[in-house]
Parts: sequence; C-alpha cells; structure tokens
Amino acid sequence: MNATDARKATGIGAAVRRKEDFRFITGNGNYTDDINRQGQAYAYFVRSPHAHATIDAIDFADALAAPGVLSVLTGKDVAADGLGGLICGWLIHSKDGSPMKTGAHPVLALTHVRYVGDHVAVVIAETAAQAKDAADLVNVSYGELASVSAVAQAQDKAAAQVHPEAPRNTCFEWELGDRAATEAAFSKAAKIVRLDFANNRLIPNAMEPRAAIGEYDKGTGIYTLHTTSQNPHVARLVLSAFVGLAPENKLRVIATDVGGGFGSKIFIYSEETVCVWASKKVGRPVKWVAERSESFVSDAHGRDHQTHAELALDANGKMLGLRVKTIANLGAYLQLFSSSVPTYLYATLLSGQYDLPAIYCEVDGVLTHTAPVDAYRGAGRPEATYVLERLVETAAREIGMDPAEFRRRNFIRKFPHQTPVIMAYDVGDYEASLNEACRLINYADFPARRRESESRGMRRGIGFSAYIEACGIAPSAAVGSLGAGVGLWESAEVRVNPTGSVEVLTGAHSHGQGHETTFAQLVSDRLGIPIDNVEIVHGDTDKVQFGMGTYGSRSGAVGMSAIQVALDKVIAKARKIAAHVLEAGEGDIVFEDGRFSVAGTDRGMAFAELALQAYTGHKFPTSEIEPGLKESSFYDPTNFTFPAGCHIAEVEVDPETGVVRVEKFVAVDDFGNIINPMIVEGQVHGGVAQGIGQALLEHAVYDPETGQLLSGSFMDYCMPRADNLPSFDVGVTITPAPSNPLGLKGCGEAGAIGSPPAIINAITDALGIRDIAMPVTPERAWRAARGL
Amino acid sequence: MYQFEYHRPKTVEEVTALLARCESPKILAGGMTLLATMKQRLAAPSDLIDLQDIPGISGISADAKNVTIGAMTRHADVASSKEVARAIPALAYLAGRIGDPLVRHRGTIGGSIANNDPAADYPAACLGLGASIVTNSREIPADDYFRGMFETALKDKEIILRIVFPIPQNAAYQKFPNPASRYAMVGAFVSRSAAGVRVAVTGAGPGVFRMTAMETALAKTFTPAALDGITAPIGEMLQDMHASGEYRASLIGVMAKRAVASLTG
Ligand SMILES: Cc1cc2nc3c(=O)[nH]c(=O)nc-3n(C[C@H](O)[C@H](O)[C@H](O)COP(=O)(O)OP(=O)(O)OC[C@H]3O[C@@H](n4cnc5c(N)ncnc54)[C@H](O)[C@@H]3O)c2cc1C
Repeated sequence: MNATDARKATGIGAAVRRKEDFRFITGNGNYTDDINRQGQAYAYFVRSPHAHATIDAIDFADALAAPGVLSVLTGKDVAADGLGGLICGWLIHSKDGSPMKTGAHPVLALTHVRYVGDHVAVVIAETAAQAKDAADLVNVSYGELASVSAVAQAQDKAAAQVHPEAPRNTCFEWELGDRAATEAAFSKAAKIVRLDFANNRLIPNAMEPRAAIGEYDKGTGIYTLHTTSQNPHVARLVLSAFVGLAPENKLRVIATDVGGGFGSKIFIYSEETVCVWASKKVGRPVKWVAERSESFVSDAHGRDHQTHAELALDANGKMLGLRVKTIANLGAYLQLFSSSVPTYLYATLLSGQYDLPAIYCEVDGVLTHTAPVDAYRGAGRPEATYVLERLVETAAREIGMDPAEFRRRNFIRKFPHQTPVIMAYDVGDYEASLNEACRLINYADFPARRRESESRGMRRGIGFSAYIEACGIAPSAAVGSLGAGVGLWESAEVRVNPTGSVEVLTGAHSHGQGHETTFAQLVSDRLGIPIDNVEIVHGDTDKVQFGMGTYGSRSGAVGMSAIQVALDKVIAKARKIAAHVLEAGEGDIVFEDGRFSVAGTDRGMAFAELALQAYTGHKFPTSEIEPGLKESSFYDPTNFTFPAGCHIAEVEVDPETGVVRVEKFVAVDDFGNIINPMIVEGQVHGGVAQGIGQALLEHAVYDPETGQLLSGSFMDYCMPRADNLPSFDVGVTITPAPSNPLGLKGCGEAGAIGSPPAIINAITDALGIRDIAMPVTPERAWRAARGL
Repeated sequence: MYQFEYHRPKTVEEVTALLARCESPKILAGGMTLLATMKQRLAAPSDLIDLQDIPGISGISADAKNVTIGAMTRHADVASSKEVARAIPALAYLAGRIGDPLVRHRGTIGGSIANNDPAADYPAACLGLGASIVTNSREIPADDYFRGMFETALKDKEIILRIVFPIPQNAAYQKFPNPASRYAMVGAFVSRSAAGVRVAVTGAGPGVFRMTAMETALAKTFTPAALDGITAPIGEMLQDMHASGEYRASLIGVMAKRAVASLTG
C-alpha cells in the first residue's frame, strides 16, 4: 500500500475498526479491578440504611476485633486529620444575587446521614470478604428523622430539611433570559401551549462499577490513586487543593482503562478519597471495588426535573416566546458539577433550533434526601430538548399544522444567530437534517403504515425531535464568567520517536469512546504514517501533564484540536530540519503523504528518516534548531460547538397490554466533520438506546415515605436491552464547526438528547393524547389507551 | 456471603443424613436464587448440600401418559427436549422463556418450584397441567403443593425428586414479562385434557392460582370470547412499582385469551 492508500484506509473519514477492542474483548484490558498491588488491603463502606438520621454513636469495637481487620475509620478520623469535604466546582447565583446555599459534604458523615447509601465508616481488612463481614459488626446508633425525596415536595414548608444552610431545601433560585420581553411576547400571543412534565430520574449504570486503589510510598511521600475517572487530572486537583489529601506533586492519579462513565465518573467521591487517605494510615495499599448494589445507591444520578413550560405563538404559527419554570433535584449534596447541569447546561439550550425572540427560564435547585444528582449523558441538554420538543410537537398538533412544517416555519436560517439565552450559534442547517430524516423514515407513507397497524388492532404514532446541543464548552474565559471553577481547554503533546513512531499524550480521557483509534487516525492522516505507529497515551497524571478529561462530547472538538495544533508545530519544526538536511530553502519544502521533499525535484525523505535526523542532530545547526521532535499545545476553542439534528420515532402501541414497540427510529445528525463514521454511528446507537431507555424503561424510584431506593437492582431498574430496540437508521448532514481547526462538533451525547421527546411524541400521537409521563411503562400506556 | 460448609453427596440417603445432621442446611440446585440471596446476606445456611452428583434426579422421560422431569433438570434442557416438544410443547416454550441463557443453563425445575417465587413460570405449568411433585417421602398434587408466596407443602428437609406432568390434549402459555426482571408480571397457562380445562395464573397474585371461572367458561366453549367479562379480584392482586393490581388483573384476561387463541388458531 502506498502512503496515499494508507491514509485513505486509516486517515480522517475512514471507518477504522477500533484498535482498543481486541484488548477489551479478549479480556486483556487493564481496569482498576484488574490491578493488584503488593500487600493490598480492602475497604468496605458502612452505608446509611436511612434516608435521614442523626449519627448518635458508632461502636466498632467488635469490628476491629474481627479476623483480618486492620482499621475502622469514621468521619471523626477524617476531621481529625483536617481533610476538607467534597466540593462543587460551579458557583451559581440566585436571582437576588446571593450565592447558592448548601451544607458541607463530608467525606465520611459526621453528625447526620442524608441519603440511603451515605458513607458512615470504612472497614479495612486483609480481604474484601473480611472487610464486609466486619462491617456488619459496626454498630451505628441512628436517630431516624423524617426525609423528603420527591422534587415536588422538597420546598414544602413542612418538608424535612436536608441542610440548615439551605432553608426550604432551596439551593438556588436562578433565572435566565428576559422576563419583561417574554411577558410582552406572551401578551401578544394568538395561542399559548402549556405542559407540565417530569424528567425522570436515572441511574447511570456504567458497565464497570467504580473502583479505587490508594497507595502511599513511605520513601517518597507520594500517593498513587488508581481509579475509574473520566478526568484524572481534575481528580488530582480537587483531592489536592480542596480535600487536602496531598500536595499536587505528591499525588499521582491513574485511570487508564475505564469501562463507561456517562458522566458518573467525572465526580470525586468519598470512596477514592478514603482509599488514598487510609493507605497511609494503615501503611498498605487499599482497594475498593463497588458492588452493583452500591453503584445504584451511591453513583451520582441524572435528570429528575419537574417543569411547567409555555410556548406562545402568533396566528401564523410563528413562535413568539417561551416561559419555563423548572425545579431540579440536586440530591443530598452537591457533586462536582451538580449546580451547572440544570442551569447553564440546560436553560441555555431552550431556544433549540428555533428563532425564538424571547425566552425566560427560572430554575430552583432543591436538595433532597437522595443520592447526589449530576451530569449524566447529555447533562441538562436532554432535559431542555424534552421541554422544547414536547411543546413544539404539541403546539403543531393544536394548531393543526404538520409538525415538520411547523418546525420549518420556525427554524433559524441565518448564522451566526444570537439566542436570548447566551448561546451564539455559529453554523447549522436544520432543515437539511429534518428533510433527510423524513426521507429515511418515508414520512409520506406513514398514514399507510398507520392503517396497516390499525387493521391489526394496534395504534401507531410518529414523533419528531429536532434537537440542538452544545459541546466542547469554551472558551475558558466564557465558562469562567458563568461560574465554572475550571477552564475547559485541552492539552496535547506529540512525541515523535527517533524511528518515526509517535506517542500522543492527551488530556482527554477514553472510557469507551475509542480515542485510541480516532486520535491515531488524525495523526496517521496528518503525518502520513501507519496508524499502528501511533500510540495514544491518556489517563495518567505522571505521563500527561494536565488535562480536563472527557465529558460533554468535548474530546473531538477540544482534545483532537489540541493534537492538531501540536501536530502543526511538529510539522513546522520538521520542515525546518528537512530544509537543512535536503539543502533547500524552507519555503521549497513540501510535506505530503508522509514525505518531505524539495518542490520540483526528486529529493526527499520519509517522515521516519526525518525523525532520526531530528534526534541525531548531525545535519542542522542545533544552536538555531533544538534537537529532538516533541511539541505540545494547550488549546482553547473560540466558542461552544452546536451539534444538531432530527430524530423521528415510529411506535406501535398494543392497547390491550400497553406495550410500546419502537418500530422505526431515524437519527440524522450534524456533528460537523467526522473522523470515523463507524465510531460516530456507534455513539449514536448507544445514545439513542439510553434515550429510549429513559423514555420507556428506566426510572430511579425512591419510596416517598422512607426515602429507600426501590429500584436498587436490575430486577427493578430496567435497562434497555437489544430486544427493546429497533434497528436504527442513522444519517448525517454536515456543516463544519468554525470554532475549531478540525470542524468537529461532538457526537457522544446527541443520541440521548434527541431521542426521548421523539418517542413520547410518537406515543402521544399513537394514543391521541396530550401527554404521558416517562418512562412509559406498559401500565401507563394501557391506562392512557383506555382514558384512565 | 457468609462462611458455610459445602457438601456434594452421591445419594439421596446421604442428602437426608446431611439434612438431619447439619445445623441449618440448604439444598443447592442451580443456585440461581439461593446463591444470590446468600451474596446479599439474606440467607446464611451453615451447610450447602449440592444435588448435582445424585444419579436419577435429572433428565426427562416420556410415556403415553406423562412427561417426567427430574428435579435437577436445567431449564435449557427442558426447553430443547424433543420429548417435551412433542408431548407438551407449551412446557418447552415456557422453559425457554425463563430468565436469560445463563439462568436457563444453571437453574433447575426442582429449585424453581421449591422456591415458588410468585412470579416464577414453572408453577403455572405445574398447576395448569395438574402435575404431581414427587419427593423422597410422597407424591403431592400441584393443587395441594403451592401455598402462596414462597410457600409450598414441602416439609422441612423434604427433597423434590421429580415432577410428573400428565400429557394434555393441548396447552399454551402466555407470559407478560416484567420489563426489568423478565419474570412473569402475569403468566397464564391454559390446558385442555380429558380431566377438563385448567387455567393457572402466575405473577399476578401472591402465588400461582387457578382461575376457576375461566375454566368453567372454557369447558363450555373453548374460545377467547368465552373469557369476556371474567375478571380476577383486583384486591387479591400483587401491587408494586411496576404494576397495579388493576393492571395485573386486566393482563390475566388478555394473556388467557391469547393462550386460548393460540390453541383455537
Ligand atoms: C437473572 C435471573 C432471571 C430469572 N428469571 C426467571 C424467570 O423469568 N422465570 C422464572 O421462573 N424464574 C426465573 N429465575 C429463577 C430461576 O428460574 C431459578 O433457577 C429458580 O428460581 C431456582 O432454581 P435453582 O435451580 O437455581 O435453585 P437454587 O437457587 O439452587 O435453590 C432455590 C431454593 O430451592 C431449594 N431447592 C432446590 N432444589 C431442591 C430440591 N430438589 N428439593 C427441595 N428443595 C430444593 C433450595 O434449597 C433453595 O431454597 C431467574 C433467576 C435469575 C438469577
């Protein structure tokens, strides 16, 4: 294969099979639980069985005496060592200007437990079984208190209080948009459409449960944490600067192979904090691996909104204004980004794809006696899309206009477009996605398909969702002005070896996304070298200097752009060296298909030859050009990116049983340029599966009286399975993003963002009803079908 | 899981002796229910007595009248058995819809009916076919065996050896799975034989039960329409986060009708 063919096979745009998959599917991955350290002991956490209680006493004498037990530690020990609590990294202000209100989030509970699963004590023993056995012997005297778990009750005067610092359990009362302008728009409306709905609470359920090993080196004073993190550098920063575990230079965090996160592994939890801290106390590495039941109660959950929304239209079906009031459940404590998800990641997307002149949104963030709620695949954007696309479809039906036509009439068509809710959309073609989706699903023939279903006693419906989302949130200064405690750039380092192979160190983090393949494709494409000569290194704070990790579909737009900038620097330096070696002017050096050559001559050298020249330093003046070939970049984009697209779902409902079958699902997405279409399609499939899961199956349910998690295992928490899903039809339209050099927008979350309203719109269409609550269980659909 | 002693006896007599001798023993069949319960620390037997080495208590045989299935026969073996498919296809169909492939290759019919989960499938077949449960001390008709939620006629330390299913004229099973666990939210087993029509329902109530009103109606006219208007008592239905009693009661009618329809073509 010559260089051009090689590039076609493995470069940008090629559907390269994932390099990492062989390792994973043959059981050769190296996940945290696969790692075992010499002399390692095991931690087991004593968790609160109550939603809300005082801790009156902890008697662990029997546990300490149990076989194999090395130590039992409680919140008092954490406090005695002066460790800080866990933090929220995004400061939100209420309408009145006051900062958000919440109580401290201790690593191990001190005086109160605030949700079932809250961390009370840790037992460290020789084996995991001994730790668990001994944990049974820890006798905690609780003073049980009333609790509140439902978002709708949290602000009641009579509701139990989660933190004294937050009266009426209200963390913030935030607003966005122009209230007066929106009132004015509504006063001119010919038609106002109103809906109330909940966005159901979800539990992430990554395939690999969370895990950690903390280790302390007495000789150097360095701690090492192996953990399941989507952003190991952020973990190190938080554990160092805020929790105070160790200075940053004395803490190494390693998270290489991680089996899924969906947001839940962004956050810094008690368990890994304790493993690191306790490793010095017991003088042994300390390992903890979550059991699935622990994941259910203690991983940060997602969604859980209660919303009232209104859309104002003029007499021609033109949208005039949108008014939204949301109460968002934050759980018992704020996790790392809890406060940003229902605010800046939510209300800023409420303009959708539409030219909406006036928007006003209020969000109350409330605390409840439930697990913390934070970012989960889509983080705020699925909730926004649900609000808008349910309203839009309902409005179209109520004014008797075709839902596709109604959307066309209101699409934004001129770019850049400043929405009334911060975002400045740079590029897009919403009608292109809508038209392609209609074509793929054969929209015109839907009535015939509906008649066919009806002939079998079934009810068929179709539903649209034209979503927009924001990825790669940046630039850092803009994010900072909204309250973020961090910048959202990304770093990359390209190290060319003397033999011409390349290591790329990235601050982005792969936990299923396939970066080892897509990032290597970029390098293969740009340097013209085989993809197997490229190694992607991530997830180790000793190797990668700093990075912000992966979430919010940022790795392509931000992470790969950083690599691209570093590659440009590598090529620029290589060109200088080539000029000396080939004895030509720098301006005459052409770099093409992995070869440096002198324009118009047959003199040239392969990239690998140049790399060797760079390291020998024999043929260029090292006083002018440093030997070696290694460049890095900290890249900060100029804007968010705005992936958008159109999903259409077609469902069939069995009115006798209420079973909803998704018969067809079309997703047409504009992710900007695409590096690997197969991986992108895989991301869409996974996202849509999760979105259909939210719409039909998944529901985290707390008992309203006791605050116990009722859906605490897969027996009751319903994950989507292959037979719940149709074969998806996935299409693309492309408008390259202008805010980064590769024109990428991001594809990791779109599936979960766009799909839920499409499904609900289809079900309400099938049953001829206005609304139905997610998840649409068979019973809910059955009731709706009989008008119950 | 707590510590326990593990035994692997070779005869039923040895099992009986162990059961008599051990402090709080449990019989281990496929372990699909028992081991999970032990892992959650909801059960803590002192001894586990594994039945897998005992000859003669697994396997399937059929004659003109009955299909006999040994207690240790795995669900997958029932699902794929030619004898069962020929004699009582509904039983093979039912076994093939229990849990997932893993569960079907470990779980046993004896374990399933000893456990008598109110949402399990086999109890519907036993009651719907009028099977007999043969133990080491007696033979118990299905009508006397199932006593409500996780309750059976088994005495302490009694061992199920096999289940004898009389071959019906025909039979059908319709299962409405719980979307999450895929146990039966409602399962209706309908059979027709010289002895009459039987309709057994699992998943809906606190244990498998017969719908006698449906049996009477179907004995007169064996059509789905014969079941119109026959409803199960809502107050006696199970209720949980997945389904109300009202919904379960309605599903009984739908599933029973679909079972009958599949037999009347
Ligand atoms: C994920 C999952 C999904 C499942 N889905 C379904 C489903 O859809 N439908 C369904 O019906 N079931 C389902 N099951 C249950 C499954 O069928 C189990 O196999 C069954 O309930 C128990 O059988 P076992 O052989 O595993 O018994 P074990 O777990 O070994 O034992 C269960 C109980 O029976 C006792 N016991 C076992 N054998 C005998 C005997 N010969 N005599 C006396 N007592 C005995 C044991 O002491 C124990 O108390 C599911 C299980 C799992 C884990």
